[in-house]
Amino acid sequence: MTHTLGRPDFDVIAAWVEPGHRVLDLGCGDGTLLKYLIDSRGVRGVGVEIDDANVLAAIKNGINIIQGNLECGLDEFADQAFDHVVLSRTLQTVRHTEGILREMLRVGREAVVSFPNFAYWKNLRSVLDGRMPVSEDLPYQWYDSPNVRFFTLLDFEDLCTKMGLIIRERSILDEAGNPVECTESRDVNFLGSLAVYRLTRNR
Amino acid sequence: MPGQSVGAVKSQRAHFDQPLHLRSGGILPAYDLVYETYGTLNAAKSNAILVCHALSGHHHVAGHYADQPDNIGWWDNIIGPGRPLDTDKFFIVGLNNLGGCHGSTGPSSANPATGKPWGADFPMVAVIDWVHAQARLADQLGIDSWAAVMGGSLGGMQALRWSITYPERVRNAIVIAAAPKLSAQNIAFNDVARQAILTDPDFHGGHYYEHNTRPLRGLRLARMFGHITYLSDDQMGEKFGRELRNSAFSFGFGVEFEVESYLRYQGDKFAGYFDANTYLLMTKALDYFDPSREDNGDLKATMARSKANFLIASFTTDWRFTPARSKEIVAALLANGRNVSYAEISLNFGHDSFLMDDAHYHGVVDAYLRNIKL
Repeated sequence: MTHTLGRPDFDVIAAWVEPGHRVLDLGCGDGTLLKYLIDSRGVRGVGVEIDDANVLAAIKNGINIIQGNLECGLDEFADQAFDHVVLSRTLQTVRHTEGILREMLRVGREAVVSFPNFAYWKNLRSVLDGRMPVSEDLPYQWYDSPNVRFFTLLDFEDLCTKMGLIIRERSILDEAGNPVECTESRDVNFLGSLAVYRLTRNR
Repeated sequence: MPGQSVGAVKSQRAHFDQPLHLRSGGILPAYDLVYETYGTLNAAKSNAILVCHALSGHHHVAGHYADQPDNIGWWDNIIGPGRPLDTDKFFIVGLNNLGGCHGSTGPSSANPATGKPWGADFPMVAVIDWVHAQARLADQLGIDSWAAVMGGSLGGMQALRWSITYPERVRNAIVIAAAPKLSAQNIAFNDVARQAILTDPDFHGGHYYEHNTRPLRGLRLARMFGHITYLSDDQMGEKFGRELRNSAFSFGFGVEFEVESYLRYQGDKFAGYFDANTYLLMTKALDYFDPSREDNGDLKATMARSKANFLIASFTTDWRFTPARSKEIVAALLANGRNVSYAEISLNFGHDSFLMDDAHYHGVVDAYLRNIKL
């Protein structure tokens, strides 16, 4: 299966975003996802990024990019300014997990979060074999990884419950980026390499 | 530094007969503006960029004069063929603002009513007055709308003001190392600088020209003080540390530390060419700047009047106008759904960073300008 821009989670996210929506992409890198959503879905987009080279690349891509540190909150954004706030493959690099999730649902109606599932069976096997996992979705060595939080799909769902966040939809992908076609959470937790969630909260 | 200088340039002068009504209530019956241009205005007149100067700047922004090869423009490193403000694509305009001391009508010009220099009688000018005057220069040049208005520090404030006052005439505003208004600390710095000038016995209430003297001591002190606030502590530490001019303490009040020598040199140099009345006017224009005042302090409401796309940039070591001040502008623009990008640039030169030739900083401006449709 081929995926948009080589990122299977982008396909899932794009399918959840409606034309004309206002989208905030946190940790947007060079703005590839936003550019795709702007071009293909006609959204109005803003990205947040901390890295200088990515900020420069995003400006080259013609993206509205705000340089900033997600750990410091999203002060420059007003309440409910966006339809979707996206955090793709970044939650595991953020120290203030609850803080960023709260901020996402303050500035946006819906939060879209994708992250690598550490309980994916290949990752578990790797640890049983005595090695930290390195895979398509966890492409780093332990000593150069930007990841600071290691959690599973079930762990994440527990946190959502604790924080009163509502899971509107979830899409779980295997290492090839294909959807995992079962519904039992324990099985999904074992078979999914990358998790994509659509969250909201009671208002 | 990639790209080239624009080479030899010439200044021009524009005269305006239509009176300019100033924010302070004063009226300038007629005035001159000196300016320079680089590059060629295209047939559609859609490729013009206005570069606004800061406190001590002027119209000589880039290049050099044929008879003064060492007199290089104050922002030469960003303007020229292949540079971010690429003169192969853009037509760049720089001018000396009203109240200046580099050729445009200011306190040292003759007051037509008396034939003597205006001195302290020159009316107080505000950022919005400069913008109105710049708009008339644009009219004379046949420029209906700027591809971009750009500036650092007080120059950035003019770009911001343009976007609010003439929203139809600014397609992009590039606001660097600026703030939406000065803080109490900023105003306090300016007032100490002004007090140095105002209390100089040679000031003569601003009419020192008639006494054939100039308040050099006050102006020098003002510049020394201001200069400290434009640099970062780290940079001063790296550049001077506690280095002594001689190897041992002399236990006196002469120049001992290298940093003292540097500051005195900067103060003397500045006092040698700048006009004290202009310095007073420019600092007051900074203090009064606060476009949100028209909306009871609601910057979001003020920026709702803008239509431009924005690039806002700040510098991590700038403590005169910190990144947080730039982010106030960013937040007001985001709240209005404006197209805005914001870069927080890591450079070690404090407020003065905006004048530095840095690959990432210039890369950001270059990338932004390359995406501008003419």
